[in-house]
Order: sequence, then structure tokens, then C-alpha cells
Amino acid sequence: MYRYDEFDHQLVNERVAQFRGQVARRLSGELTEDEFKPLRLMNGVYLQLHAYMLRVAIPYGTLSSKQLRMLAHIGRKYDRGYGHFTTRQNLQYNWPALKDMPDVLHDLATVEMHAIQTSGNCIRNVTSDQYAGAAKDEIEDPRIVSEIIRQWSTFHPEFSFLPRKFKIAVSGTPDDRAAIRVHDIGIQIVRDGKGEIGYEIYVGGGLGRTPMIGKKIADFVPKEDLLAYLEAIMRVYNMYGRRDNIYKARIKILVHEIGAEEMKRQVDAEFAEIRKTGALHLPAEEVARIQAYFAPPAYETLPDESTELNKAVVADRDFANWVKSNVAAHKVPGYAIVNISLKPIGGTPGDCSSEQMDAVADIAEKYSFDELRVTHEQNLTLADVRKKDLPAVHAALKAAGLATANINLITDQIACPGLDYCALANARSIPLAQQISERFADLDRQHDIGELKINTSGCINACGHHHVGHIGILGVDKKGVEYYQVTLGGAADEKTAIGDIVGPAFTEEQIVDAIETIVTTYLGLRQPGERFIDTYRRIGIDPFKESLYATH
Amino acid sequence: MQLIRNGKFVADDFATVGDEDALPDGAVIVSLERWQKERDALTARNTLLGVRLKSGQEPSAIADDLDKLAVVALEFPVYRNGRAYSYARLLRERHGYKGEVRAVGNVLRDQFHFMVRCGFDALEVADNITPEIWAESVGVFSLSYQPATDGREPVLSLRQRLAARASAREAV
Repeated sequence: MYRYDEFDHQLVNERVAQFRGQVARRLSGELTEDEFKPLRLMNGVYLQLHAYMLRVAIPYGTLSSKQLRMLAHIGRKYDRGYGHFTTRQNLQYNWPALKDMPDVLHDLATVEMHAIQTSGNCIRNVTSDQYAGAAKDEIEDPRIVSEIIRQWSTFHPEFSFLPRKFKIAVSGTPDDRAAIRVHDIGIQIVRDGKGEIGYEIYVGGGLGRTPMIGKKIADFVPKEDLLAYLEAIMRVYNMYGRRDNIYKARIKILVHEIGAEEMKRQVDAEFAEIRKTGALHLPAEEVARIQAYFAPPAYETLPDESTELNKAVVADRDFANWVKSNVAAHKVPGYAIVNISLKPIGGTPGDCSSEQMDAVADIAEKYSFDELRVTHEQNLTLADVRKKDLPAVHAALKAAGLATANINLITDQIACPGLDYCALANARSIPLAQQISERFADLDRQHDIGELKINTSGCINACGHHHVGHIGILGVDKKGVEYYQVTLGGAADEKTAIGDIVGPAFTEEQIVDAIETIVTTYLGLRQPGERFIDTYRRIGIDPFKESLYATH
Repeated sequence: MQLIRNGKFVADDFATVGDEDALPDGAVIVSLERWQKERDALTARNTLLGVRLKSGQEPSAIADDLDKLAVVALEFPVYRNGRAYSYARLLRERHGYKGEVRAVGNVLRDQFHFMVRCGFDALEVADNITPEIWAESVGVFSLSYQPATDGREPVLSLRQRLAARASAREAV
């Protein structure tokens, strides 16, 4: 993975010093909360319902064991012994004291981490595929370009006060696990007819109040021009993005209002000008320097079949279930990708205790080249595990309470913090996710239902990505009462779709039954091998409407 | 309000005049509207001139007049509105403007560094800003990852120079 050089270290240390001064000014009363707000927001510090919240950047979701141990330590020392992994592959602490924040940032800097640009109207943490480097059909490791973008966008003087926050995601495989079409900019790594690697660019995707699917505005941006092209998009957005209404300020609204064609024309014109100056031309040596950090680890030459694995699958049903749902194919024979679910039955999606973090760090160190990933679905991934080690990895995860075998199943839900933590929420998300999780706890039933993504947001800001859940749940407030509106058919992969509203919202008492009705309807109508989303795409919304509302 | 020009606290030798105000003697900064309406009269005055652009008034509106202007003032109606960072870069890099680019409006200490990097060489700041605060704020980051208008060598090329030096040493 990427390692800081002297320059990276110096910049992060200067940021810590700057924030220490700003916090001192706030604590002494020199700054009011209003004046302090823009400063703390540049450092990932939010004021939540009950306390300050700190969001730590995990660039493109990649962590070393050492870094994860530091996150565990910070959770113990400054928080309540846990952290919360987010849909942007970041980590949030919900209870640190403001006076401790500079020390937390200092501790993070010692392991090459920071909270820079995890909030505010700037370019946020770049997200990517959790299977980077290990996926079978990968064209190029997306972390290389993600790191290049991280550096270019850090403290960008022109783009630190954009109309609104700005999110970029990169996918290096045709199967999109990074949800690039619901990002402000989505980058798909492609290879052209001559074998050259370049980038397909999507712009104007996003969720929130006005969900939009990104429009493709470039088929192939050459490698050396990527930063010039991104700068062109950012400049068009910075100049023409709306600043009169916070809800219309994202780039998706600009693209929607002027049209993708016109957006492309403006970006191309700006790109041509920037390219002329040559200032952002990306030298091949720098790409190679960063690429070297992501060189494949020292894989052993192994047979693809593992007798240890095969024996354990037969002997241990729990293990077999876990392999079935949580283990994915690896590009190297004899290796596998292990997904660690942070969605235990009845738990809070994405929460992880300091003890669990330490345990995962140990497992990663021992079995996966000292490295792990955070996924945008709020789970963790060990990308490079030998198949013969899978039984040992499973046992170690089980001992840490991390062997839940539900990846991509109905209880592997995304949920925002909701009304339990968030000042914006209309409704609770976590307790609902927990109820659904308990209702469908039976693992055989989950496997029978198959891949099904339920995403829950506590308000229309859509932090829980409900629009792109196969089943989406949105908390709404009607005269002080929490209601839940349901959408069906959303997806965030290479066939991205915004879900359709199924009908009138459900009460807190009705919602879990409604989910069960939807699942039962699917089970009754599916054809062999069809996932929920496939059935939905085939039959549409009407059968679900009928079963949900006919009896009411 | 104080003026910092090229890092020095100086007296403002320009008067910013409203659209209805009578023109005082000496150098003035006028709005884009007044400039467009009274261009000939203003140019005939034989004093230094400046134009103030609001957010939404792009530098291209005065691109053909830049040789007549000693100051282009770019307005930050609120610090969150960062359009003028792009305007400043366009003035310098696209239109080759060499005169003063002045930041006016809601100009806060925590933005000084970014403004200077984007080509602002003059800033109108609040009275509580001291030379110490200026120095600390403008120099908050000693390195930059990306090229901008200030000509600062980005980290990327520092790295290349280091690597070149290292391989030169090896060759010896």
C-alpha cells in the first residue's frame, strides 16, 4: 500500500499544527462556534445531536494492520471503545471531546492517517473497489489513480470552497463494486483497442433528495491527462454550480439543468485550455512511483484447490455457510478474498469495537499480507488469504464475534446513523435495521432468499443509500410520527438504477411485516436462479404493490 | 478594513466608488456595470482604474479591457462562495493579466493561503488581522501537491528532482 514520503508527512503534520491552533482559539473563546464551524468542518469534526463526531479518512478504504490498531487505540482512549465504518469507507468516532481532537489527529499522523477533507464543500475521500488488486477481471489496480487523485485534491486552493461536497469513485473492473454511477465523478478504468489504459468518465451521479445516475461524458481520457480533465470538470462546476440553494448545489443539478451534452462541451473546452499549459500533465515516472506501492504482494505458487479447505467445508456447516457467502474468488490460484461482515444479527451496521479491530489487525497481519480494506457497504475485506488458511481465519474471526455469514444477504444492510445520532434525521435507522436483521436471522432462510440489499436512510439526505437498495427504506416524519417509505429495484452496480416508490409509507409497527411481504412475494414469483433484483426487473412493481396494499 | 498587497500592510490608494457616487480624484475601483456604461469617460480620466467583479461576473466580461485596468477586485460575498478562486486563476493563467488581483468581501484568515496560491496579490482584510496572523495563515502549508498560479513547485516535481539527484549521485 501507499507509504508517505517526507513531503506527505510534512503536510499532514502542518495540518495537525494548524488545527491545534484553531481548537485552542475555540476553547479560549476567541472563536465562536459559528466562526469555528468552517474550520472544524475542514477537519472532519461535526457537531452531532449529543457530541462532536470525528470522521477519519481511510483513503480508498485501504488500511494496514498498524493503522487499524491505532484506530482501535483511539477508540479506547478518546471514545467509548468502538468506531463506526461508513459508506465512504471512512471511520467515525461518535464521542470524542473537542479538546482531545488535536491529539487524535496527532496520533493518526503517526500512522500516516488524517481527517483532511472528510467534511466540508471540497473533494472528499476518494472511494474504490475493496477487491482492488485481487479481482479477477481487473484492468488496473484502481488504488493507483485513487492515490494520485488524493494528492492532487488535498488542499486544492481553487476547489476548497465548492458549491457543495464532491465525491469521486474509481472502479478498475467491469463489475462495479464502487458505485461509480452515483458519485459526482465516477471513473471507470478501461483499455482501448491499442491496449492503452485510460479512463471513462461519468459525471453528475448522486443520491440525496434528487437521486441521479451519472452521465458518461468521456469514453477515454488518456492516463497522462486525467488530472487536467478532472480539473476541467471541477472548474466548470466551481464557476457554474448553483450556490443559491443548498439542495440544488451538487454537480448533478448542474448537469441536469444544462444537459450532459452541454456539460461535455464545457468540460472539453476547459480541458483543451488546461492541457495546453502542460502544468497538470502526469509524468509516467510519478505514476510508476505510486504504482510500485501497489505491486502485488509475494503470492506463493499454490494449487488452486485446497484439501484443507475442502475438508473443512464438509466437516463444519457454519464454516461452509461462511465460505458460501463471505468468500470471493481471487485472481491468483490458491488464494481467496475474505469479507468480514460488520452486520451481526441485531447489531449496528458498521460498528466495530476496539477489541475487534485489534483482532482483525492480527488476522490481517498473519494471513493477508498485513493489509485490509473497508467496503462502501460498511464491511471489511481481507483481500489476499490462502485458501488453506480459511478455516483458521474463520476460527479467529468467530472468536472475535466477526464470523457472521451474511455478505450480500438480506441482513447485510446499509443504514445511516439516523435519529439516534444525527441532527438531520427524521426517523431511526439503526433500530429498524436491527429489527429486520432479527426477523430474518435464520441463516438457511437468508441463503434461500439469496442476494438482497436493503438500504435504510433516516432522512431524504440518503446517507443510507436507500435509492440504490434492492429494497430501499426512507424514514419520513409525518406530524411528529416516524413513517417508512419503501422503494424497490434500486441498484448501485454497473446496472445502476434508482428504486421505485412502492406506495404509501408504513408505520414503525408495519414496516418489518411489509419487508417480509415483499420477500415472500419475490420467493413466490422467482424463476430458478433469479436474484430478487432480477425478478423485480422482470416482473416490475405491480405484484409487490398488490400484495402490500390489497389487504390493507 | 486594511489592505495587504504583496504581503505588506499598505494604505489603499484606490477609492471604491458606488454606481451613483461622484468620482473622486485619483485612482478608483468601479463596478462592472459602471465600467461598461462609462468606459470611455473613465479611460479619459488618466488615473489608475480598477473594476470589481461580483460572483457570477466572469473575467471574460473584461478580457478585452485588461490592459486598461490596474486592479481587478474579485468579490467573495461569503467565504463559502469560492467562485472567485477560479476567476483569479483564469485572469492570471488564461488572460495573462499582470495587474493587481484583489480579494474583497468576506475574506477570512483561513483562506489567505488558498487565495495567494490562486493568484491574488492583494487582499482586503478585517482590522484584527496582524502581520503575525498574516504570516502564519499564508504560510500554513510549506508544500503543495498541485500546481496553481503562484508558481510554487508541486510535490510531484520536488520528488522528481530528488530522484534525479539520487540517480546522479549513484552515477558518480
